[in-house]
Amino acid sequence: MRTVIFRTTAPYLTSLMVLFSVFVLLRGHNEPGGGFIGGLIAASAFAIYGIACGVAPVRRALYFHPMGLAGFGLFLSALSGFVSILQGVPFLTGIWTAVHLLGLSVDLSTVLFFDIGVYFVVVGSITSIALALEERERD
Amino acid sequence: MADGLQSLTFLALILPFLAAVVAPWLTKALKHNAAWVLALAPAFMFVHFLGYAGAVADGATITGGYAWIPSLGVDFSWYLDGLSLVFALLISGIGTLIVLYSGGYLKGNEYQGRFFSFILMFMGAMQGLVVSDSFLMLFVFWELTSITSFLLIGFDHARDASRRAALQALVVTGLGGLSMLAGLIVIQFATGVGSMSELLALGDLLRQSPFYLLALILILGGAFTKSAQFPFHFWLPNAMEAPTPVSAYLHSATMVKAGVYLLMRLNPALGDTAWWETILPVFGGTTLLVGTLLAIRQTDLKLMLAYTTVASLGLLVMLTGFGSEIAVEAAVLYLIAHSMFKGALFMVAGLIDHESGTRDVTRLGGLRGAMPITFAAAMMAAISMGGLPPFFGFLAKEEIYAALNFAGGWNSVFTLVAIAGNALMFVIGFAVAIKPFFGELRETPKHPHEGPVLLWLGPLTLAVVGLATAVFSGLSHQYLSSPMASAVAGTPVEVYISIVPHVGLPLILSVVTVLLGVAIYVFLDGARATMAGILRAIGWGPDRGFDQFMRGLVRFSAGVTNIVQNGRLEVYMTVTFIMIALALWVPMIGFGELPTWPEFPDLAFYEWTIILIAVIGLGAVAYAADRLTAIVSLGIQGFAVALLFMLFGAPDLSFTQFMVETLSVVILALAMTRLRLHPSDHRPTPEKLLDVTVAGACGAGFAMLLLKVTQIPFDATLSEFFNTYSYVVAHGRNVVNVIIVDFRGLDTLGEIAVVMIAGLAILALIRIRVPRSGLPAEREG
Repeated sequence: MRTVIFRTTAPYLTSLMVLFSVFVLLRGHNEPGGGFIGGLIAASAFAIYGIACGVAPVRRALYFHPMGLAGFGLFLSALSGFVSILQGVPFLTGIWTAVHLLGLSVDLSTVLFFDIGVYFVVVGSITSIALALEERERD
Repeated sequence: MADGLQSLTFLALILPFLAAVVAPWLTKALKHNAAWVLALAPAFMFVHFLGYAGAVADGATITGGYAWIPSLGVDFSWYLDGLSLVFALLISGIGTLIVLYSGGYLKGNEYQGRFFSFILMFMGAMQGLVVSDSFLMLFVFWELTSITSFLLIGFDHARDASRRAALQALVVTGLGGLSMLAGLIVIQFATGVGSMSELLALGDLLRQSPFYLLALILILGGAFTKSAQFPFHFWLPNAMEAPTPVSAYLHSATMVKAGVYLLMRLNPALGDTAWWETILPVFGGTTLLVGTLLAIRQTDLKLMLAYTTVASLGLLVMLTGFGSEIAVEAAVLYLIAHSMFKGALFMVAGLIDHESGTRDVTRLGGLRGAMPITFAAAMMAAISMGGLPPFFGFLAKEEIYAALNFAGGWNSVFTLVAIAGNALMFVIGFAVAIKPFFGELRETPKHPHEGPVLLWLGPLTLAVVGLATAVFSGLSHQYLSSPMASAVAGTPVEVYISIVPHVGLPLILSVVTVLLGVAIYVFLDGARATMAGILRAIGWGPDRGFDQFMRGLVRFSAGVTNIVQNGRLEVYMTVTFIMIALALWVPMIGFGELPTWPEFPDLAFYEWTIILIAVIGLGAVAYAADRLTAIVSLGIQGFAVALLFMLFGAPDLSFTQFMVETLSVVILALAMTRLRLHPSDHRPTPEKLLDVTVAGACGAGFAMLLLKVTQIPFDATLSEFFNTYSYVVAHGRNVVNVIIVDFRGLDTLGEIAVVMIAGLAILALIRIRVPRSGLPAEREG
């Protein structure tokens, strides 16, 4: 699999796919997309990078252990549910607010962070499985 | 005010658990002195419950609680009358002393914090058990005592004997707990009430129910296992493998009395029938005799005491079974007396062991000079155990004889049983209190000297309290015995007995008992040898029976496992898919719900192409020469289906399907290369045919199901709901995503937790290193 062409294009492909996955994640509330699909795209991106260049560069590029990312995601999702409790409404009720940034109005919500959490769980879990499978014990 | 008291009671009930949580850290910080702090928890409980003593003595019952599972009508509710209160006071009072004692006994033990944690949890469980009103809460705490005592008995987990004893106790008392649960369910079914307070108010309803006998037997199953009645008595002496504070607490004062508590609690509802008054005295009396006879045989101080505990529990069950008011009074007095003297004697045994290095009574002697405080405590407790004035045990024993004297029918037999049992207990009590302390000083593994205050405080306090409660018998009857006896009897009862001996049959029987006891004591060594000989001649007991039972169970499970879990993945898969095919086809055919043949759709050119791709993919799977090709071909089919989703208006779904297909091909391929399977498929033809049939049946079944689903009228309620509200409520136009993150967010939270745990599990499986010799497949490396 490690042809020169594949190895050369893989990093670009991976970065494009990760970028695309973030795009898919963020548009999910109104257009096809969302945390789950975004996460799967990012996971395939890392899998491609891993197949092309080996597992070690992927682990270096990720910096955190993928399972740590998944844990962070789960934590973020759960945490976003608690915001609503502080507002006196049931757990996980969506809370919305608009932030004005550089003249643009950006809608922020707890469901967005919830979706980001889903994204991280999916990326982390799938990537860690894929990387663990790709990793051959070398004698 | 009432609310405040209610939350205080709740606090008292959960305080031990809170203390258990902080115990390890506290112990790390303060070492063994953490005991002084941790003892505050039971001390608080004791004081809190003592505050109710006045009201309860006036005949009031304290109830309270919170809704626990409102949808099932289950409450976390407590019910305090004389019986619960005395138990609560014993548990928290002795618990305080035990925590202090453990501080000294396990000083320097690496796991002392863990020990504190366990014993406090146990205390909380026991406390919850005796004040529980609702049946379910009673059961939960009942089993919690079994589990925590498992942890405590097995505390010294490096030793085989500890582990075996812990397992044995858990199996016996845990099974008994299930029996009790069944009994409680039967009671609830028969009477329609789910709490003790309601049950006690019902009068004769349960006794007249056709389910009475069933309920009684099931309840007795729980009570007899927990309170170590013959033939379930064997686990209790084995439980002496636990550290001594545990023995002193669980196996003298508290846990084993849970069964007695249950019987006493249910006496007004279940008692006063021929069954009750036959089964309980017979089993109790047998246990009394077996326990004392086995006790004679022992030389280990703790085991001697443990077997007399079995005997005492038998005596309590026997007395509870008589059901007459005076028998109830005797049981109550004896229960209180026993908790104090047995707790004290166990702690003394531990002290001797701790300071001299041995518990073998034949190797001990002459310690009274070296350990004067221990000696004093032991002597006082033994006098109480022997039933001599002026201790509380004396009152109890006099009342027992008075009760047997007035009980009808079998009284003469049970009087003889009681005399024999009491005489033997007298012997054991004094054997523990005299043999190690008198005579010449014997050589012991450690140089004996008096233990630290943490160690002798407990036994001495209990011994002194045993004296004080007898001397001020008026007060102790007013606040302890009478309310408790009233609760057990179900009618108001006044206990009068005091330490002033009153001439009559009970006193004569007492004198006979003491004389008999002295006689046996003199010939103790001979009696022990005789008993040992008899037991050797029998050679089999419930303890060995338990081992045989467990071995049989293991062999049986191994047999079943070999059939059900044969370790061949093909078999599991085949069975699973056959079940799926059956689940699809059987209902459809059974209810005549097969779909009608659809009109053939008018398809565009590109739609035909996609279907063709899917079919080609499937064909390639079937004909693939090696596994990798098959996986990729399956992926092609999956992509075709994803395209179909896209064309027919489910972009989100098709998007996901694309990614899932890609990733499953990648991961399957990676897994395959790692598994080092044969690259090609070499199944014999019949197996291939079977697989084809199963696969075909599943596929066709799903096709049929989908056809059927599209042929029944579409219910648009949900779609309309989400279409209407997704933007208004959740500010999102993508209904799928809105459902995932907003309307059903909690489900998603659960799902991502599952994804992550599954990921962790897979990771762990991948990382398992099988030893080279273990698995032939791993040979190549």
